[in-house]
Amino acid sequence: MISLTINGQNVEVEEGSTILEAADKLDIFIPTLCHDSRLAPVGACRMCLVEVERARALMAACSVPVMEGMVVHTDTERVHAARKENLQLLLANHPLDCLTCEKNGDCRLQDYCYLYGISESEYEGERKDYALDESNPFFIRDMNKCILCGLCVRVCHEINGAGAIDFTNRGFDTKVTPFFDDPLVESPCVFCGMCVDVCPVGALTPKQGIRQGRPWELQMVRTVCPFCGTGCGLELYVKDNKVVKVKGDPLSLASRGQTCVKGHFGIDFLHHPERLQKPLIRKNGELEEVSWEDALNLIASKLKRLRGEELAGFSSARATNEENYLFQKFLRTLGTNNIDHCARL
Amino acid sequence: MYERQILICAGTGCISSGSLQVHEALRKELQKHQMEDKVRIILSGCHGFCEKGPIFIVYPEDIFYCEVQAEDIPELVEEYLVKGNVVERLLYKDPVTEDAVTSHQEIPFYSKQKRLALRNCGVIDPENIDEYIIRGGYQGLERALRMESLDIINMIKSSGLRGRGGAGFPTGMKWEFAYRNESDKKYVVCNADEGDPGAFMDRSVLEGDPHAVLEGIIIAGLAIGSDEAYLYVRAEYPLAIRRLRTAIAQAQEYGLIGENILGSGFGFKINIKEGAGAFVCGEETALLASIEGERGMPRPRPPFPAVKGLWGEPTCINNVETLANVSLIMRKGTDWYSAIGTEGSKGTKIFALTGKVNNTGLCEVPMGITLREIIFDIGGGIRDGKKFKAVQIGGPSGGCLPESHLDQPVDYDSLTSAGAMMGSGGMVVMDEDTCMVDLARYFLSFTQSESCGKCTPCREGTKRMLEILERITKGQGVAEDIPRLQKLALAVKDGSLCGLGQTAPNPVLTTLRYFQDEYEAHIFDRRCPAGQCQELLTYYIDPELCTGCRACTRVCPTGAITGEKKEPHVIDEEKCINCGSCAERCKFDAIKVK
Repeated sequence: MISLTINGQNVEVEEGSTILEAADKLDIFIPTLCHDSRLAPVGACRMCLVEVERARALMAACSVPVMEGMVVHTDTERVHAARKENLQLLLANHPLDCLTCEKNGDCRLQDYCYLYGISESEYEGERKDYALDESNPFFIRDMNKCILCGLCVRVCHEINGAGAIDFTNRGFDTKVTPFFDDPLVESPCVFCGMCVDVCPVGALTPKQGIRQGRPWELQMVRTVCPFCGTGCGLELYVKDNKVVKVKGDPLSLASRGQTCVKGHFGIDFLHHPERLQKPLIRKNGELEEVSWEDALNLIASKLKRLRGEELAGFSSARATNEENYLFQKFLRTLGTNNIDHCARL
Repeated sequence: MYERQILICAGTGCISSGSLQVHEALRKELQKHQMEDKVRIILSGCHGFCEKGPIFIVYPEDIFYCEVQAEDIPELVEEYLVKGNVVERLLYKDPVTEDAVTSHQEIPFYSKQKRLALRNCGVIDPENIDEYIIRGGYQGLERALRMESLDIINMIKSSGLRGRGGAGFPTGMKWEFAYRNESDKKYVVCNADEGDPGAFMDRSVLEGDPHAVLEGIIIAGLAIGSDEAYLYVRAEYPLAIRRLRTAIAQAQEYGLIGENILGSGFGFKINIKEGAGAFVCGEETALLASIEGERGMPRPRPPFPAVKGLWGEPTCINNVETLANVSLIMRKGTDWYSAIGTEGSKGTKIFALTGKVNNTGLCEVPMGITLREIIFDIGGGIRDGKKFKAVQIGGPSGGCLPESHLDQPVDYDSLTSAGAMMGSGGMVVMDEDTCMVDLARYFLSFTQSESCGKCTPCREGTKRMLEILERITKGQGVAEDIPRLQKLALAVKDGSLCGLGQTAPNPVLTTLRYFQDEYEAHIFDRRCPAGQCQELLTYYIDPELCTGCRACTRVCPTGAITGEKKEPHVIDEEKCINCGSCAERCKFDAIKVK
């Protein structure tokens, strides 16, 4: 264990912990924009700068490992000045369209500007001016709002593995793009949507939720994704009993916030008028709504008529492993090995 | 038996001014005179005085001919090699006395130098390992192979050698960190990504004496317990890369690289990695990312490379000039080395002297020499008898020091306390015609476009500083710009992730510190004291010189010039847009600026 002092309070943390983790243990708040505990720290946004005694420059709390006897200050004039300057610089190159921005109320840049009382930047000059990338059906990429924290790039490389986006150009022209700045839809992107979930600002906006409700109007409901047996945790954002958008649930032990395109963006079936909600039986060429009991009776009667190899079963990836196991066991007891599964197609 | 040896410089500088054509012409001319057996021609490395290239030295007399072209060769051979008459017109002329100097030892540019890292540059054929060995090469390695790792480290530590790449970290201490971090795999990395505009000492060492660097790398490997090195050279140095490849092949053949070096049981491999031209890749963690095939972006330190470096393994990164010193220290010993230099900075440093001095080029000087000696003795003073204004030291992130600092000794600590830095050793001299605000703007435009874009203060902060400086040089500055620049510069320095951002504000901070009056003149008087900022100039016509020829009125795009024919004309300041066309057109130098 390593013992250190933050703002005059002693704390003991495991060796290899960062200053940020140690501060967290003491409930000392340090603002971050590029930090995510699931990703390797990069120290890019410089919001978490703290003063470490005997260090020459300010240190990034998210990436600096603790050292025995370290004395850290998070609440000094110098620290606040650096953070304010950072916000000033970010804001000088960020649209102030919070009125219509989907991220309004759930934006970390906005939160910190509020915290430090910064309403506009004192620096006037060139601003980014990029066209929106609306090439895919799932989300809009607005690189004018991007603060280049790199979370989307890292989640794409470190967790998903698609590596569809990365930094291009240098200096002020640095931009997160797919290869050759092509539209995202032409990239290896698999549209898992994790980049959208980690974006701290409004640079990545899911199309499904646009103008469907402000963050504070939405109720978050934790659930498990219905699309397959993996059991990824999802956060559903609900307004007026309608699911407006979905995010991966970082607290889910099965998925830790990871999603795939279906779980993240495939929710339009939920409130679709043609969604099947009751069993139907075809009678005289017409589909008729029936009770579950009638439907199951019909299936049972048909199963009774078939013998052994006459019967075949086809199951679905939307069932769990356990359900799929039971399904094949059930068919085998009926004397058939004609069993298949949609994931094999 | 050869009667004479002729050294023709084949460094990049002299090659581009025609030294290979000189070589070819000399070869043919000697053939014509049937003198091939009497004169040996050596294509050497860089002499540092590239401005006077191609350089052509004849031994044993030590006659230094400069700016020799292929057309001069028939005369040189006929007059000098055959008849023995020195060809005076090709000798170096002192810029002040205009006297011709025959031996390069007598040229002030060389006489104050102490060439250690450059010991073999311009002296040996860099493509011949034997020439390096004859001059004591690989003796340091041979000695190190008989020593324990810690003894090698202690030797480098007590020599006082500090990193020549910029920050001046003690080399021995760096080695010890890498040595003490236990791992099955460790790397040595040689940083040859020389990116500062105008600095070319590393290129010259690599081109002129590649084995000195290879020997240093192998010794570093022995010291930290590594069996593999990467030499990261920028792809813009094709000649250096070619000579390094030749040198590595020759050293392998001699059993100096590879398995079981000189029968010691120690094996070592050296790989070359060509950089793709990003300035930031000279920063050690960005350089490591680049070797790994990633985008060259710096990584947070700690963990330092000595703990977690290339592919996560303990890595020792040293600069070219540092390693060229290592091989010499191992051969000649600690006491010899630490006798040179000052208390805190031992040995020598190579500077790339350029700007408004009479002699430009590479000079290696003992630490502790004063700026005045470098600029006025080695550099021969300011060109055209103008007045010295400032010297910018340490590359684009260095600082500008004014005349009051000329007698300051050049060493790591005094440069840093003055607001400049040793950096890679760039030294740009400025005269009274240089605008210091414009200079700061120029350097900021470089660091901004080379910022990797990763961290906020550097990416956004250098851009805003640049914009403020641009406004000031255009005469649009406001009073708040000075405190705003100051605040922003300190924030970028204090908050940036890597050395690039932490030092990029230096040109702004030092010009604000030493030349604030120039900023004020731009902002409050709308005047550029050095007469450089186009938008701030006022053109006027000297009535004494104007003949009323009307040529200026015809080129003026705004009709700002009026006057009767054959009478002095006048410029209407309100209408003038400072395009300067009239001044270019005037045959009588009657149009002036103030």
